[in-house]
Amino acid sequence: MGEVIFGSGGVVPAAELPDVELYHAKTWITKYVFSQDAKVIAVQYSITAMAIGVVALVLSWLMRLQLGFPGTFSFISAEGYYQFITMHGMIMVIYLLTALFLGGFGNYLIPLMVGARDMVFPYANMLSYWLYLLAVLVLVASIFAPGGPTGAGWTLYPPQAILGGTPGAEAGIILMLLSLILFIIGFTMGGLNYVVTVLQGRTRGMTLMRMPLTVWGIFTATVMALLAFPALFVAAVMMLFDRTLGTSFFMPSLVSMGEHLKYGGGSPILWQHLFWFFGHPEVYIVALPAFGIVSDLISVHARKAIFGYRMMVWAIVIIGALSFVVWAHHMYVSGMNLNFGFFFAVTTLIIAVPTAIKVYNWVLTLWHADIHLTVPMLFALGFVVTFVNGGLTGLFLGNVVVDLPLSATMFVVAHFHMVMGVAPILVVFGGIYHWYPKVTGRMMDDRLGKLHFWVTFLGAYAIFFPMHYLGLIGVPRRYYELGETAFIPKSAETLNVFITLAALIVGAAQMVFLFNLVRSLFNGRLAGGNPWNATSLEWQTPETPPAHGNWGKELPVVYRWAYDYSVPGAERDFIPQNQPPAGVAAQATITAVSAAH
Amino acid sequence: MAEPALTNVSEALTRPGSWQGVASDWASDQRAFKNVSWGKVMMWIFLLSDTFIFSCFLLSYMTVRMSTTAPWPNPSEVFALEIGGAKVPLILIAIMTFILISSSGTMAMAVNFGYRRDRVKTAALMLLTAAFGASFVGMQAFEWTKLIHEGVRPWGNPWGAYQFGSAFFMITGFHGTHVTIGVIFLVIMARKVWRGDLETERRGFFTSKKGSYELVEITGLYWHFVDLVWVFIFALFYLW
Ligand code: HEM
Ligand SMILES: [Cu+2]
Repeated sequence: MGEVIFGSGGVVPAAELPDVELYHAKTWITKYVFSQDAKVIAVQYSITAMAIGVVALVLSWLMRLQLGFPGTFSFISAEGYYQFITMHGMIMVIYLLTALFLGGFGNYLIPLMVGARDMVFPYANMLSYWLYLLAVLVLVASIFAPGGPTGAGWTLYPPQAILGGTPGAEAGIILMLLSLILFIIGFTMGGLNYVVTVLQGRTRGMTLMRMPLTVWGIFTATVMALLAFPALFVAAVMMLFDRTLGTSFFMPSLVSMGEHLKYGGGSPILWQHLFWFFGHPEVYIVALPAFGIVSDLISVHARKAIFGYRMMVWAIVIIGALSFVVWAHHMYVSGMNLNFGFFFAVTTLIIAVPTAIKVYNWVLTLWHADIHLTVPMLFALGFVVTFVNGGLTGLFLGNVVVDLPLSATMFVVAHFHMVMGVAPILVVFGGIYHWYPKVTGRMMDDRLGKLHFWVTFLGAYAIFFPMHYLGLIGVPRRYYELGETAFIPKSAETLNVFITLAALIVGAAQMVFLFNLVRSLFNGRLAGGNPWNATSLEWQTPETPPAHGNWGKELPVVYRWAYDYSVPGAERDFIPQNQPPAGVAAQATITAVSAAH
Repeated sequence: MAEPALTNVSEALTRPGSWQGVASDWASDQRAFKNVSWGKVMMWIFLLSDTFIFSCFLLSYMTVRMSTTAPWPNPSEVFALEIGGAKVPLILIAIMTFILISSSGTMAMAVNFGYRRDRVKTAALMLLTAAFGASFVGMQAFEWTKLIHEGVRPWGNPWGAYQFGSAFFMITGFHGTHVTIGVIFLVIMARKVWRGDLETERRGFFTSKKGSYELVEITGLYWHFVDLVWVFIFALFYLW
């Protein structure tokens, strides 16, 4: 085995890992359809997620049309409204954001950023995508099932989720639960890959503390998902039995529509515990990758090292751990022992500390930096603003006494859209504008990108800022129409019309994005290998887009962290991670040495 | 066999010996767990995730057992067998548990002989383990049949709380599925060992990785886990 001079003078073997056994596809089908290459799988995940995301977007228009102009659109029934809400929420959170961040960004970036040739178990990785696709198809099938999709709300609370009278109680709920189960099995196959690749598949010199924060975010989120999804899996299985076999896990004895049902003795609260044991970490499963990606976007486009890298890593890990002990803050209204309420309020507020550290570090990175207002940077800055906004209202809702009156109002809708809807979606866009040149070799159109950003960012505020106010004056969440309500002033209707118009405009802006995405594929400016002058490994591949196996003959060797920007005395304002320090033989020589052995 | 040895001793010795050292050793070059292959790490993490699944199942069972107001059937009567006119409580489950625990022993021996490259003994012990596992599942099927004949259903039973049948069938069924999958994998692995696939490093169909005797150990990890879980199910379901 070849030995090379390394860093401070230690001696290390060449980078290639003995476990690597790359699968070489021979036919077109195994290359691009049933592909085991993480990069192809990433693109498949992303396209599927965006396609189903468009469905969720269209549903949000329909809901807004109803809320803005109640009674005008006869094709939106009350049942339909609940079905739209449920599908919109579920798709956005799980089938769009989770799949896109972990399956899309994770698959593409992890192997490239840690200097691996592929994920560690490409076959399981491929299955992961196909199960995800199947889950999406089952979800879509529920739309066409008799009775339509379930309208139980994305939290699917029993007993009403499976009782007659709830829209979709016939088949919709069954298909929804099946789809979730498939999603979880598929995700586990992919998730094990991401975790093991980060832990065991890095290239020579890539210590954990040299990994870009993007990898840290996705890695921690995946670990969390592997521990949180089991709760949803178990809950879904039990509810499926309650619905199909007539067991009573979640069902107390009750009378429905004048009929005494054959259920009895179950615990509806049990569902809430299981659901939120998954549901709260889920918020961070979409937030942590966003944190990581934003850190890298800010650092690259501000040409400055991220401030407090170590602190950033520890904050990600601590947030991940803490988010497993806060779930019951979603259940204050369900009632609980005062001491529990106190405990969950305290843990919830403690999470604000590492989160605030991250925000300060982003701001300090920007301080005196050489900020380039590129499209990815705009989206990153937009994220910081909306995230702070949503985080602050989260501090309100974390307190039991404040939450009780605000729960189930539009205030909550505004809060979670800001913090886990708008903020992560902005990062998704920023990430796509940033890495699109690597994936396709072409730049996305800048002017369309800026248009997309400003309409989306300002529009999101136009939609969700007034919602805080609506919530404070008592407009309830999940209401098909307000009707004649004594305590809600007429002006609320004007605001609702305004919000709806803003929502439609923001929706139109997403069409601009999709158009840009497709058009740039053919018309985009050629990007070259490293258009942003970034340091991390994915920009140093020998080919763009990276070929199968990513790195050509030799794996890159890493000599430094990913944030060497504007280093005084360096000839360029960035130093790639695989550039050897002065005095150490360049990689070409190393290759020659190891080949000679 | 590929050598996973990657400990970079000369570099490792330069790191400080303190808590900081612990962190930087763990975070060091290429691998968090030195000398541990990808497959083994993957299995451990999968088992961690699976632990959460079983924990959720068992906690849910405990919750519904407390939430129901109907009386809980007495396990030592329900799980008794008539032998020669006398009712022997928990006899079947005692035998099943004994068999499953023994199979962990034979599995451990198989791993040991695997690393000594004793093809015949390894394969034979794996098949014995599989046979134990299969008879466990067989007896479970017998127990299910008996209970179904007595009128236990997922949605009700003659003696009290509905949740008794639901939780019983769901949890033992989920565990039984794990055992069955384990038996299938044991048989496939035993065949590989027997044919010498692990020595010739023939590629597996699922992972397309080269075969090695570590595969026996990884199968063993799964098997021991399934046994361990059974101990908890046994204690919480049959003894409580
Ligand atoms: C253009 C952007 C969006 C608009 C206009 C929008 C609009 C809406 C509306 C009107 C509701 C129903 C409020 C109610 O009556 O209770 C809703 C619910 C919800 N939305 Fe969005 N949304 C958007 C984006 C997102 C995104 C990106 C996410 C991702 C996290 C998301 C997650 C949810 C969830 C979880 C619910 C709750 C569903 C439920 O109550 O069961 N939304 N949204
Ligand atoms: Cu929460």
